[in-house]
Amino acid sequence: MKRLKRIIEKLIEGILTVSGAVTTIVILLIVVFLFREGAGLFRSPAVEKGYVLCVDAGNTVTHLGPKQIKEIFDWEIENWKDVGGRDQQIVVFRFEEIFSRYSDEELGADYELLPEKLGEVISSTPGIIAFIPKQYMPENVPGIKVLRSDDITLSDFLGGREWIPTATPAPQFGVLPLIMGTLWVSLFAIIIALPLGLGVAIYLSELAGERMRKILKPTIELLAGIPSVVYGFFGLVVLVPLIQKVFGLPVGETALAGSVILAIMALPTIITVAEDAMRNTPRAMREASLALGASNWQTIYKVIVPYAASGISAAVVLGIGRAIGETMAVLMVTGNAAVMPHSLFEPVRTIPATIAAELGEAPAGGAHYQALFLLGCILFVITMIISVTAEAISKRQPNRGL
Amino acid sequence: MVVVMGITAASAQKIKGSDTVLPLSQKEAESYMKANPSATITVTGGGSGVGFSALLEGTTDIAQASRRIKFDEKQKLQAGGKSVKEVIVAYDALAIVVNPGNKVTNLTREQLEGIFTGKITNWKEVGGEDMKIVPYSRETSSGTYEFFKESVLKNKNYMNGIMSMPATGAIIQSISQTKGGIGYVGLAYLNKTVKAIHVSYDNGKTFTEPSVANAKNETYPIVRPLYYYYEAKSESSVKPFVDYVLSPAGQQIVSEIGFITVK
Repeated sequence: MKRLKRIIEKLIEGILTVSGAVTTIVILLIVVFLFREGAGLFRSPAVEKGYVLCVDAGNTVTHLGPKQIKEIFDWEIENWKDVGGRDQQIVVFRFEEIFSRYSDEELGADYELLPEKLGEVISSTPGIIAFIPKQYMPENVPGIKVLRSDDITLSDFLGGREWIPTATPAPQFGVLPLIMGTLWVSLFAIIIALPLGLGVAIYLSELAGERMRKILKPTIELLAGIPSVVYGFFGLVVLVPLIQKVFGLPVGETALAGSVILAIMALPTIITVAEDAMRNTPRAMREASLALGASNWQTIYKVIVPYAASGISAAVVLGIGRAIGETMAVLMVTGNAAVMPHSLFEPVRTIPATIAAELGEAPAGGAHYQALFLLGCILFVITMIISVTAEAISKRQPNRGL
Repeated sequence: MVVVMGITAASAQKIKGSDTVLPLSQKEAESYMKANPSATITVTGGGSGVGFSALLEGTTDIAQASRRIKFDEKQKLQAGGKSVKEVIVAYDALAIVVNPGNKVTNLTREQLEGIFTGKITNWKEVGGEDMKIVPYSRETSSGTYEFFKESVLKNKNYMNGIMSMPATGAIIQSISQTKGGIGYVGLAYLNKTVKAIHVSYDNGKTFTEPSVANAKNETYPIVRPLYYYYEAKSESSVKPFVDYVLSPAGQQIVSEIGFITVK
């Protein structure tokens, strides 16, 4: 009997160890997967995969950056001399235009004559820049030059200020506005939520009567249970017009709307965790403080808050984590414009909202898909930095002041 | 036995693709199944591109699309030994909408291009009040986004940092409460909370109001066809449903949904 018990105990221990190990490994694998998928972006050419840019042979330009390509195809740069070439008008040619110049018969049943026709067009149009699929690239035609295409670089990605992932021929993957937007919205969310949350937590744990607590606590916990899309809808219909009216703005979908919604969503987490930490203050400490003649308020801020400091910082981290990772509510109220935030009264686009809105239609394995995975990596790094910092802070001051 | 097999093969069908076409296909499938109790048709969305790749993998019988099949998609299908047939089942018009309080009613294509690429930023530049223009767009994953870019922006990119909304309903909601707002929605979504702009594609000679009648007689320019694509091999099993959609009863549903009928 005793032996059986011991065996069962060993078995349970074993299962617990294994499940712990499995969880750790799975988390590590997810991280590895995330980074592996994302890293592919830096091996993708700046021009869309499978396509090349051709110019006529007389052109002196040999290579263009992603931003220059985009501006040329948007007709913002109209002369070759602006990108280091001769003084010559740029003629933009997209592959589809070949079908309006030649009929399907002229191109052959399997498009076998397509390269030849493309070659004719390119070599006969001085100043042309043609965006064509690699498989139809005219070969051994003297009048044609292929522009060298660089890979997307880390500085394009982290330092770029334009996020236009579906631009052809050169998608723009500048994540700076997205990172700044995410941090901006979360920062103000926590600035709004922290004093409120701490205040409510102190009230609930120290000042509120038993009856008040019994009503307030479940109500606050209920807030945590509301689906984020409901918060988003509430924000879009109520908060956004309100902000627009109060501040007299042209648009109500602003970083402020996002911050307020996120603050409301982070509040229950902050309140619950901070309150638990404060209530865990040993009774002996409280009574010792009161016995020494400290008032109730002095006890709170000299004894209870310092004792609960690590719990409170855990609350803050969990709150920030919720704010940074929140997707749906933010997607609905911030306007999702990928611009660098300058004030609270402008639209912003956050990383989670970008991933949620775009991953569905990004072709698997393409540059856009990889860029979205890299955004996930960035999000991961940001939250990791926050939790490591919080850990360090709570370790450095172990209940000092007691 | 053979008969039973024949029926199941003919009647269990899958339709996948564009979210724009989704409500139409669902309604059509419902009433088709009512008329033919033995038939089962499942309709799912996901986007036009998703439909085409499902057709390529053979996981759907019909790909519904709000744009024409792209050149490289056709190439891939051909490489996979599949030739596809294309059927236009309905037309959809895009309406340009502004806040009802906005005085501007007419815009040319060039002005719209200027507004959505960020060259025109104030309503007074197009004959309105001195007020900032706030353009709203759909998310990049939407077929509507692509079509508007092709038709109105002539393939130029939207301005950097345009407001992008996850759904048509959100665009209507935002524009109804934003004085300087402008955006685009399917004709079926038009309601009283927003005002539809009359559009000109001929440099301002004629401005046309978006309406089913104008889209049908081809005076309203921003119209796109909605397609069904299916494999030529499976024509015999798909045909009854496609024929039903094109029949008077099927086209009745097309106009109920708010699209424009084919004939």
